[in-house]
This record gives sequence, C-alpha cells and structure tokens, in this order.
Amino acid sequence: MLDQFFNLAIMAKALPLVLTGLGMTLLICAVVIPLGALGGLLAALGSVSESRALRWLTIGFIDFFRAVPPLVLLIFIYAGLPFAGISMSPFMAVTIGFFLNNSAYFAEIFRAGLLSVPKGQVEAARSTGLGQRDTLIWVTLPQATRNVLPDLLSNVVEVVKLTSLASVVSLGEMLHAAGMVRSITYNASPLVLAAGIYLLLLWPVIRLIGRFERRLAS
Amino acid sequence: MSKAIIRLAVPDMILSPAPQGSAATATFRVEALHKSFGADPVLKGINLSVQRSEMVFVLGPSGSGKSTMLRCCNRLEEPDAGEIFIQGDRLTGPGVDLNKMRQRIGIVFQSFNLYPHLSALGNVTLALRKVQKMPREKARVAGLEALDRVGLSDRARHYPSQLSGGQQQRVAIARALALNPTVMLFDEPTSALDPELVGDVLDVMRDMKRQGMTMVVVSHEMKFARDAADRVIFMDDGLIVEEGPPEQIFGDPQHNRTRAFLSRFHE
Repeated sequence: MLDQFFNLAIMAKALPLVLTGLGMTLLICAVVIPLGALGGLLAALGSVSESRALRWLTIGFIDFFRAVPPLVLLIFIYAGLPFAGISMSPFMAVTIGFFLNNSAYFAEIFRAGLLSVPKGQVEAARSTGLGQRDTLIWVTLPQATRNVLPDLLSNVVEVVKLTSLASVVSLGEMLHAAGMVRSITYNASPLVLAAGIYLLLLWPVIRLIGRFERRLAS
Repeated sequence: MSKAIIRLAVPDMILSPAPQGSAATATFRVEALHKSFGADPVLKGINLSVQRSEMVFVLGPSGSGKSTMLRCCNRLEEPDAGEIFIQGDRLTGPGVDLNKMRQRIGIVFQSFNLYPHLSALGNVTLALRKVQKMPREKARVAGLEALDRVGLSDRARHYPSQLSGGQQQRVAIARALALNPTVMLFDEPTSALDPELVGDVLDVMRDMKRQGMTMVVVSHEMKFARDAADRVIFMDDGLIVEEGPPEQIFGDPQHNRTRAFLSRFHE
C-alpha cells in the first residue's frame, strides 16, 4: 500500500519530469498573475467609474467570467473556438482563459479595496490640488491595495492551483507531467510528489496571508 | 516661526478689517452661491466677502448649509450657481485650472482625512512633490517648516495612527499650510476631538491669525469665536441671516433666529 503512494524509487525517477512540469506551472503563473492583476485593476477602476456605460460594461465582464467555470472556459477556447476558425497553442489558450477568469476575480477584490477607501481621502487630496490621476496613484490605490492585500494573495494561491487545469489541454505543467509518469508506472507516487511540491510552494504564502490578516485586524 | 509664510506688507487700510469689508478689496469673495441636493435647496444665495487677514466665523444650526457653503468654496461640492473669486481670480466657470486654484485655498476637515499610509511628513509633502513638483529635499524642508508651525516637527516620522486626534488635525492644518494658501477654510475642525485636545488646535489657529492668515471657520467653539473672530456670520436655512462683529452677534443679536440659536449655548 505504501508502495502505491510513497514509492521513493518511482518518485526519484519522476522527479526530473515533474520539475520540468513545475517550470511550466511557474511560467504560466508568471504570465497570468501579472496580466490578471492588471486586467483586474483596470476592470475594477471601470466598475467604480463615473461613466454608467463603463460601469455596466466592466461589471458585466466581471460577473460573466466569475460565473463561467474556468475548466469550461479553457476547453471552449482550446477545443471550441477552432470551430469558428480560431485555433491556438495550448499555452495561448491557457493564457487567454486564465487571464479572463483571473481578471474577473482580481477585479472583484480591487473593487472592494477601492470602495473601502473613505471619500474624505479623495477630497483631501483634491483639495490640495492633486488631479484625478495623481489622487488615484498616490492616495487611493495604495490604501485600496493594502486593505485587500490578504485577498489578493489568496487569489494568487488560487491561480497557482488553478494552473493544474492546463493539463486538460495537454500543456505540460506539473499535474500533466505527474499524470504521465503515473500512467506509465501504474503508481500514484508521482501525484503525491506533485501535491507535495504544491504544498511546499504555497504553504509559505498561506502563512504570510495569515500574518497580513492579523496585522490588518489590529 | 517661518518668515516665509508670514504675509508681508499688509496695507494699512485692511490691517483692521472693516466688519462689512467692501467687495472690491476682498481677498476671497463668494457671490450668489446656490446649491441644491436633489430637490432640496441647501444654499439659497450666499454672498460673502473676506478681507485679507480677516477671520470670519460661521455659526448656525446643523443643516443650515455651513459645511456645504465651505465645500462649495473650493468646488469640492459643485455649486449650481454663483461665483467665487480669490484675489480677483475667478474660480467658477469653464476653463478654470481647478487644481491650480485649489492650492490657494486650504481646507481642514472635521475628520482630518490624513493619509493613513503616509507619515506626517509624507502627508504634508505629497502635494508639494506631486503638484508643485518640488524636489524631494526641498519638499522635506518645506514640510518640516509647516509641521513646525503647528508644533509637530518632532512627529514628522509618525504615522497618523500613532498620533492623537489633536495632533492629527494639526498635521492636517500643516498639510494645507505647506501650499502657502491665500485663504484657509475650517470645517468644524474641533468637532471630532476629545475636549482636552481642542485647545491645541485652537492655539494653532490663533497663531495663524496672528501671522495674518485669512480664515473662514465653521465651528461651534463659541468662546473661541468671541475671542478670535473679526466677524461672525449666522446662517440658517441656506441664507446668511445676520453678520457683524462678535460683540454684536453674541451681545446684541438682531434676529430672532440668531437669538434662539445662541440661547441654546450656555457658557
């Protein structure tokens, strides 16, 4: 039984391939997290803007992509869009799919952050002659971000975990690599190895979130 | 005391401001100001002229439009009609560089509104750096000077959460002063403070007056108004009901509404 899950020999053999997969996982994260955060920030700004049209548009975007399951979105982009003549590489499909999904979640968090900054802050800034853009950059955004920092980091953790979905479009990230070794060796140990690496990767971030939460609460 | 901020060469004629100073010489002037919130008229035609170095106190029951009037004065609240002039320059109408004009009008809020993510010095220097484009070092010196004027240069590195309410309000005053404004507006500056901290803020305001700052103060500090104000205005229901020197308003109010309002304050 232990042999099926904690077979060190198989883990050792699987390690190079799983680490290559980890590289891909990290690459996806490195592309998708900054893009998603930026897209989310822009959508959040749109959702609290003075323009009703822009508000509706961005809130529609946020609601839609929060409602669509990311797996469905990913398969649709990779396997559905070719029926409309739009084909792309697995990496591209993953990037676009996660960007859309991710932006919506980041947007919701940034939106909450922006709304948490009291109106008096903007008034104080504007009364000293700061323009709209400077007020946003130097007064509103730093406070908004700080107020939702734990949620932003939690979302980053979610995104890292979400990248395992990329295995369904055969992008060689960590789960995909571990799954391949599992099917060759008929042994679950590579999956346990991958799970262990996820844990090592994310646990420090989760601890960090806890610390930020306590600091914000005090 | 920073010499740079003290107003120099005040002409004799306005060293002792006339109670009803003429509009032509006014440092700050508001004409026929109207403002409604929805169908609710809040300001029904306010006319106010403030002379250089004059401290004008605005009294009135809550809901009388005092705060709205003050907030209209730098267009934080957009007036529906009326004009605002500062040293003869129009603040209302199209094509006005509002950000530039606002630096000439300092405002101090009831709730301080300090930036919590910046130190006291950071609060004071933000506009110097980002609006006036001062280099860091020059802004630091000017910021410390402003903090010194409110007696808090030793608190420059403290964050708002590490300061008492009175200290926070003084930093907020320094933030406005640092821009070297022509007129300062105070919107109930001591209402959010514990009673024992009010005195420090009033002392700073008294000091500013001594140095010749032009001020419009909305406040319920009657004793302070009596001592320090050059002129007291009583507002009710969106209009100026009565104005005059403090001795007259407090000693011999002409209007029933003024009398009724003042009788509720027993000192």
